[in-house]
Amino acid sequence: MAKMNMVQALNLALRQEMEKDDRVILLGEDIGVDGGVFRVTDGLLDTFGPKRVLDTPLAESAIAGCSIGMAVYGLRPVAEIQFSGFSYYAFHQMEAHASRMRPRSQGRYTVPMVLRAPYGGGVRALEHHSESREIYWAHTPGLKMVIPSTPRLARALLVSAIRDPDPVVFYEPKAVYRAFREEVPEEEETFPIGKSRVARPGGDITLISYGASLMPTLEAATELSEKDGVECEVIDLLSLSPLDDQLFVESVKKTGRAVVVHEAHATYGAGAEVIARIVEKALLYLEAPVSRATGFDIVIPLYQREKDYLPGVPRILKAVRQTLAF
Amino acid sequence: MPNREIDIAYRVKYLSILDQEGQIDQELDPHLPGELLLKFYRAMVLARRFDERMLILQRQGKIGTFAPIKGQEAQIGAAAALLPEDWIVPSFREAPVELWRGKPMERMLLYYSGYSEGGRIQEGLNMLPVSVPVGSQMTHAVGIALGMQYRDQKSVAATFFGDGATSQGDFHEALNFASVYRLPVIFLCQNNHWAISLPRSRQTNSATLAQKAIAYDMPGVQVDGNDVLAVYCAVKEAAKRCRAGDGPTLIEMVTYRLSMHTTADDPKKYRTEQEVAEWEKRDPITRFEKYLTERQILGEGQIRATAEEIKTQIASAESRWQEIMAKGIDPLDMFDHAYAELTPSLLDQKEIVARELEEKK
Ligand SMILES: Cc1ncc(C[n+]2csc(CCOP(=O)(O)OP(=O)(O)O)c2C)c(N)n1
Ligand SMILES: [Mg+2]
Repeated sequence: MAKMNMVQALNLALRQEMEKDDRVILLGEDIGVDGGVFRVTDGLLDTFGPKRVLDTPLAESAIAGCSIGMAVYGLRPVAEIQFSGFSYYAFHQMEAHASRMRPRSQGRYTVPMVLRAPYGGGVRALEHHSESREIYWAHTPGLKMVIPSTPRLARALLVSAIRDPDPVVFYEPKAVYRAFREEVPEEEETFPIGKSRVARPGGDITLISYGASLMPTLEAATELSEKDGVECEVIDLLSLSPLDDQLFVESVKKTGRAVVVHEAHATYGAGAEVIARIVEKALLYLEAPVSRATGFDIVIPLYQREKDYLPGVPRILKAVRQTLAF
Repeated sequence: MPNREIDIAYRVKYLSILDQEGQIDQELDPHLPGELLLKFYRAMVLARRFDERMLILQRQGKIGTFAPIKGQEAQIGAAAALLPEDWIVPSFREAPVELWRGKPMERMLLYYSGYSEGGRIQEGLNMLPVSVPVGSQMTHAVGIALGMQYRDQKSVAATFFGDGATSQGDFHEALNFASVYRLPVIFLCQNNHWAISLPRSRQTNSATLAQKAIAYDMPGVQVDGNDVLAVYCAVKEAAKRCRAGDGPTLIEMVTYRLSMHTTADDPKKYRTEQEVAEWEKRDPITRFEKYLTERQILGEGQIRATAEEIKTQIASAESRWQEIMAKGIDPLDMFDHAYAELTPSLLDQKEIVARELEEKK
């Protein structure tokens, strides 16, 4: 097994799926000659040629719309939106068509496409390059919404997303892109869309997070174990839609306490849905109100203030300690 | 004759006044006063030096990512052809225009060093903030022009965008609206030949970008975008049409991005140094300096004096920038302009950050 960062792991997934299945075609801005601005598609143009790796003109709506057409025609397009902040030009196509083709044609047509986009803050980027607005997609019936947290899972989930019969929006936490390496097996590996996982087992409190926020959440869990003797069970959601509520509900039934962590805005964020499920399915097991450590309800600020905005370890620790002390 | 040709008489004009050797076309020479020419010169040199300085600061980690403008300084000709009451709606590669319009350098430095305070636009300046989502700002200029028309104001809304932006649907929507309502808009396309790694030739199959105007029945003009005089004259002409109520114009300024796309980009991945070298020969400043020198509008001494002056000007802006940062900017300012009035839950959230900052001390 080779140690890879997330960028390399995603590249591996794309390369292997393209080798295996000639229906898989990539399209997006700067993904060919340049290899993608984050280099996720590096080298793929050389290997597969310009018919399978399309450097498109600058038009996200056309990228999404053409992907829909290709998918309907029987291909498996994997579109890259350079930054999730520019995916809103594509949103209309995804909402109005990708998500509805199956029901509108009564199953005759389907849209097995993937819309990839790096998202999230913490990399000192320009305006519109740090958003965490995954909920727009997760809120849209007919779309699946996936966010990996580690290189190995990113690879496995992307393979599953490409093979999925329905449209999948695949957000990549750019703060994790090169943050660490992990063993990624050369042989095929998938991870079921719609399943979450236990990232760290524990019995005292359940921390629920996903994507880039998983890193500070795990860090906080380590600190709590070392300093407070508290064992957190950390759940990594991975799929926001469909949402696997079984794992975290079971965990909360065991611990009686929970904190949700995400860098997206608090209001109507993933945490709101997670807490609603806990209330619906495990209310009587709760020993404290479920709390959130999240980004605020403002546009993510320019980079000097990013750290104050993002839910870092101190904000998570505080939420956990308050929940425990309730 | 049901199968006949529809005769569309439109043609795209190409305008170049000062060639790359600094030779002026006698017939097209606008005979601008020496004082104005010197102002152009100074503005272009200031823009170039400030860009170079920003690049150094970026490499030292003192500011974040930005989009260098090297090679595209002649854009100031467009701003110079407008009046202060005219509106400018920029994209993100118009630092020279921002400087021309009087945006303080220290505020630009603040913006690129990650402080929202840097985004502030002083009262009386009719210019929107930098717009990063490619192609999204042009309709705003159209809306401003609708306002001007409604208020019967004979002003102009000018909007800048790149060659890549012409692929966005919004570009076409903006042109269409402007033309349908015959609005006083000037569409200023900076065709710098690249949209990150995608060359102009693969962005569109059209021979020119200016010809896109034909579909909307408005004049499309291509100008040598490295010739400040051509840019100035073309925009002056378009502004005249606007003020006369004759509607919008699309101007394609043919220029070249000599530097990287942004400081996060590596152009070696997609273009040859030879191509860059070819365009360096067409540098907008070199040719203009040569022309001014030969005309004896500018002398050796003055070139040196201007350089010195600009150096001092940039250095003092930098110290003002440093002073503002040293004085400290309230981190809670991230909540300041969320709405006219902070909502109850935002007040709570602001309080959370305030406490966190207190605890961090
Ligand atoms: C809607 C949108 N898509 C993608 C990007 C990322 N991006 C920033 S600049 C750029 C290329 C723009 O090219 P062009 O319009 O020619 O302007 P230039 O950068 O050359 O000045 C891209 C793809 C963006 N900012 N906005
Ligand atoms: Mg360009």
